[in-house]
Parts: sequence; C-alpha cells; structure tokens
Amino acid sequence: MAIKVISPGLATSVQDLGRPGYYNVGIPISGGMDRFALRAANCLVGNDEGAAVLESVFMGPEIEFTGDALVAVTGADLPPKVDGEPRESWTSFNVKAGQRLTFDYLRGGARVYIAISGGIDTPVALGSRSTYALGALGGHQGRNLEAGDELPIGAEAPGGAEGRSVPAKLRRMPGMPAELRVLPGLYWHRITERAGSRFFEETWEVANEADRIGYRFKGGTPLEFVERDQPFGAGSDPSNIVDACYPYGSIQIPGGTEPIVLHRDAVSGGGYFMLGTVISADMDLIGQLQPHTPTRFVSVDMAAALAARRDRRAMLENLREMLQ
Amino acid sequence: MTTRYSFGGDEHIFAEVDEEMSLEAFFKSLSMTAAIRDSQIKGVAEICLANASYQVKFDPDQISPDDMLAELKRLETSAEKTDSVLKTRIIEVPVLYNDPWTNETLMRFRERHQDPNSTDLEYAARINGFGSADEFVAAHSGAPWFVSMVGFVAGLPFMYQMVDRSRQIEVPKYLRPRTDTPKLTVGYGGCFSCIYSVRGAGGYQMFGITPMPIYDPKQEVGYLRDFMVFFKPGDIVKFKPIDRSTYDQHIADVEANKFTPLNRDVTFSLDVFHKDIDGYNKKLEEALNGN
Repeated sequence: MAIKVISPGLATSVQDLGRPGYYNVGIPISGGMDRFALRAANCLVGNDEGAAVLESVFMGPEIEFTGDALVAVTGADLPPKVDGEPRESWTSFNVKAGQRLTFDYLRGGARVYIAISGGIDTPVALGSRSTYALGALGGHQGRNLEAGDELPIGAEAPGGAEGRSVPAKLRRMPGMPAELRVLPGLYWHRITERAGSRFFEETWEVANEADRIGYRFKGGTPLEFVERDQPFGAGSDPSNIVDACYPYGSIQIPGGTEPIVLHRDAVSGGGYFMLGTVISADMDLIGQLQPHTPTRFVSVDMAAALAARRDRRAMLENLREMLQ
Repeated sequence: MTTRYSFGGDEHIFAEVDEEMSLEAFFKSLSMTAAIRDSQIKGVAEICLANASYQVKFDPDQISPDDMLAELKRLETSAEKTDSVLKTRIIEVPVLYNDPWTNETLMRFRERHQDPNSTDLEYAARINGFGSADEFVAAHSGAPWFVSMVGFVAGLPFMYQMVDRSRQIEVPKYLRPRTDTPKLTVGYGGCFSCIYSVRGAGGYQMFGITPMPIYDPKQEVGYLRDFMVFFKPGDIVKFKPIDRSTYDQHIADVEANKFTPLNRDVTFSLDVFHKDIDGYNKKLEEALNGN
C-alpha cells in the first residue's frame, strides 16, 4: 500500500513525535507542531500515537491511495473530502483503492494531521521519520512533499474502525486573541521593567514569517534595554549576547523589535537575547496560528506552567480512554 | 565567574557560566555538561553545550524543575575543580577567502548591512584596524581556532580564536539577518567564526567559503560515514587560505569522494596554552603538519 502525491499543497511533510537527542549538534527535535492533534489522528486509526503522519499547513494536499485505507484528519478546520465527497474532521473514515483525498478551504487553525492506519513507512533517520527540511534529514528524501512522490504505508494497524470520533471538548485550538503563556526568564534582566510589562500588556500579531523553525510576531512597541557595556564577544547591538543555547519555545527579539518564538525545527542557539519561554502546554497552539492572528503573551510562574502541563496530560489520558 | 541559572519554560534550565566569552568559561561549561552526562540524573533529555553557557532539557514529569536545578548546582562545585586538559584533534580547513558566491550574496543583502558601500571583508578589516582585506585574512588564518559550540543548524561550528584578547577580532552581526547564505560560508559575528553547514538564513558577516563538507545527512562522504556531523566542541581548526584553482581541485576531489581533511590527534592544556600562546599554537601547527 502506498499513497501518491498528486499535489502537495503549500508545505506538506512527514512528521512523528520527533528526534530527541541531537539538539547538541544543532539537529532539532522536529516532529508535529501540534502534537496533540498528531496523537489524536493516530489514535483514531488505531496506530501507535507516535506513528508518522502527514502535516500540512494552510492548504491540504491531494493524495491518491493505491489500496484501501482507514484515514483520519485532525488539527486545523480544513475539511477533508474523498473523491469530492465531504468527510468529517477528527473522525476516522475509509478510503478505497484509487480514491483521492482532497481538502476544502481553511476555516480555522493552520495545520492538519493526516493519519493513515499503518503509518507512513519512510526510512527512520536518527530514530525518527520526521522531516527536518533545513538539514535535508528524515521524512521523504529530507524534504517537503512534491507532486509525483509515492510514500509507502505500513501494514494496517489492528483495532482501527471507521466512525471513531474525538469529542469537541478535546479539540483544542487557540482563542481570539490567541493567548500564549510565558515563563519570563533567560535574559529578562536585559530589558527595562517598563519594556517587560508592556510586552505582556500589548496585543501582538502573527507575522508572515512563521514556520516550523519559529513564529515571528509584530505590532508591539520596540523594547528598551538596560544600558550596559556589551560583554566581550557578544556584538555591539544591545539585543546581542555571546551566542548561547535556545530552548524550544524561547522568545528572542533581534534588535528589540519583533519577537520570534522558536518551534520544533528550532535553531539550537544563536546570538540574540531571549526574554522568556512559552510553556510546554501551549506549544501545540502556536502551530495553529495563522498570520495576522492577534496574540497576547500571558506571564505565568512555574507553578502555573506545571499545572497547565498536568491539564494537558489529563486531556491526553482522556483522549486515550475515549478511543480505546 | 558565577553561573547564572534560569528556567527556559518548564522543560529547560539555561546556565550562563559567564556573560563574556573566554576559554575559561568554555572549559567550565564543558566540564559541567560532562558531569551532568556522567551523573545520569533522572529525567535529563538533552544536554547542549554553548560557548560560555549550556542548557539542559528535562522532563518535569520525572524530576521537578527545582530538584533539577539543585542537582546542577551540586555538580557545579566538582566541575570547577577539573583540569582544563582535553584530548582532541587539530584540523586544517581550506578557505577560498573573498570568493564569488558569498560576494554575490552579500551584494544582494547590502541594505541590511552597517556599511552598504563596502564588502563584509573590507568592513571587518577596517573596523578592526587592519590596513587591507589581505592583512585581515592573514590574521584570521594566522592562528588556530577552538570549536566552542556546535549548533544553530545541523553541525555548524562556532569557533573562538586562540590569540590574546587584544588581537581578537570582533564584528557586529548584520542589522537584520539575511534569508540566504551559501552552504559552507565562513562567517563572523561577535568574536566567533562559523562555517554554515547548510544553505539558509544567517546574520554573520561573510568572508569566504570552504570546499570541505562538514554535514552530510546521507553519510556518503567518506569521513562522515560514522556520523553525519563533522565537528565536536573542543576541536581545533586552522584555516588555510587557498586560491581558486586549489578550491576547484578540492571540489573535484570531494565529488570523487577522495577528499579527507588533514587532521591530527593532539592534547590541549589550557594552563600551558596561557603561558605562551603563540609558542603553543606553533607546536599545534607543527603537530598538524607532521613536523
């Protein structure tokens, strides 16, 4: 069994839960940007939660199936169709050999996850099938899909069934304005108190430069830095630091103007100061933000970050129980 | 040097060993990351070493952030006592300085530069007080470099030059990062040289290009068969200026899989190095050239 890519959409790649262990040489974890939606898609078709799926952004691909398959689409509100007939998102459905999966226009969110029972069976690279396009690693030939690509599908997972559905309360999407919770820290001391409070008071907007490496935000007031003589080796701009590690979710602000939140294909380090980090529970939401979405950063402490993490885990447990 | 710790969300601890760059800060970061690896603390997911800092990614479901922080602080005491001696290797990296490809790229991004009327090389030479680009290249390639971080993108080495502070070159990063940099560009930002392992965005000044692959996800390059990334922190690099015909010859050799970088195993001692920097570098170079 295989799938043929008739049209790849805007950017479609093979992703699983990622490739931990190589960030120290600059190879990021990669994997689905909305991991909850990725796990849900796999659960719906009976796969292991971490099986490889397709991730598409803004626009769906057109895919032809060489054999019968059980499929689920989760994440953004991008309605799937089989040979032109609508199918429900967050619900498993059958596709017959020769049929084509296409998508309607995007109504909300940004990224869909397409799971096929058996999982995408491209070669494993450093322990994962995830595509890291910048490093030409993993996925299908280390790149996003192109028309004409053919991808193998593993043996159908037992226990999958048509018509399984994730209840609406477990379909988590960013609100309007979107709210991303942030633990201040890292180089927080480099900006003035006023700049720090303004960062959380103002409404930012997702910029066009938003991808798997990072999301840029614009529209807020440029930061004021605490004056200092720059330390040796950092570079002369007050936003420069001696090149250091970048945590996933960390918010760097080159030149103090436009914050960039790093995501799954993050650059592992660099020379710009960071004012804090988006908490782990909210990372999935970032991948569902469209350009121009108004966004608030909400300051939280570690206790709140850990509580949010527990909530997320409970939601995942809930999902697993419902789809047992 | 007092380490400053900060949480990076609920999954990372970031440790800034020193605000400014020095080999002492690097060696302390190195011994800390080694100690963390050896101690096998439960819940550690990733340990990343940077120039004068490091980062630990951990699973807060397995160990609380406060407990992880306490473990790191406990290790700091013993890490401070370790000798700064390293078994490593010195590698010769051929560079075509002032090459046509980075020149074409820097012209395309001129409006993002501090000095739109000169090249990156001319600008860096001028602000560092060199009389010409050639003199600058002589300084850049005249003393070896220490790989003090691997990262940004897959396998990119950050390098710190092994000379007196007074002779260390500093240049600013681009005013706004470029969206394109040729693969294997030799760049410079702050006090660091780098080699861009892949084509992509970049904010460092561009001085030249090496024909030597340093990252190969397909692992077809002979010397990258064991691991796709060539550089490790602690490697010592000596740049060798080459002309266009030598560059072309190396490229042909790389394509025929006949190119292997000149390299030798050496032991580096920070204390001995500091007693006579230039003398020590001369010995390293002799080791490289097999004298």
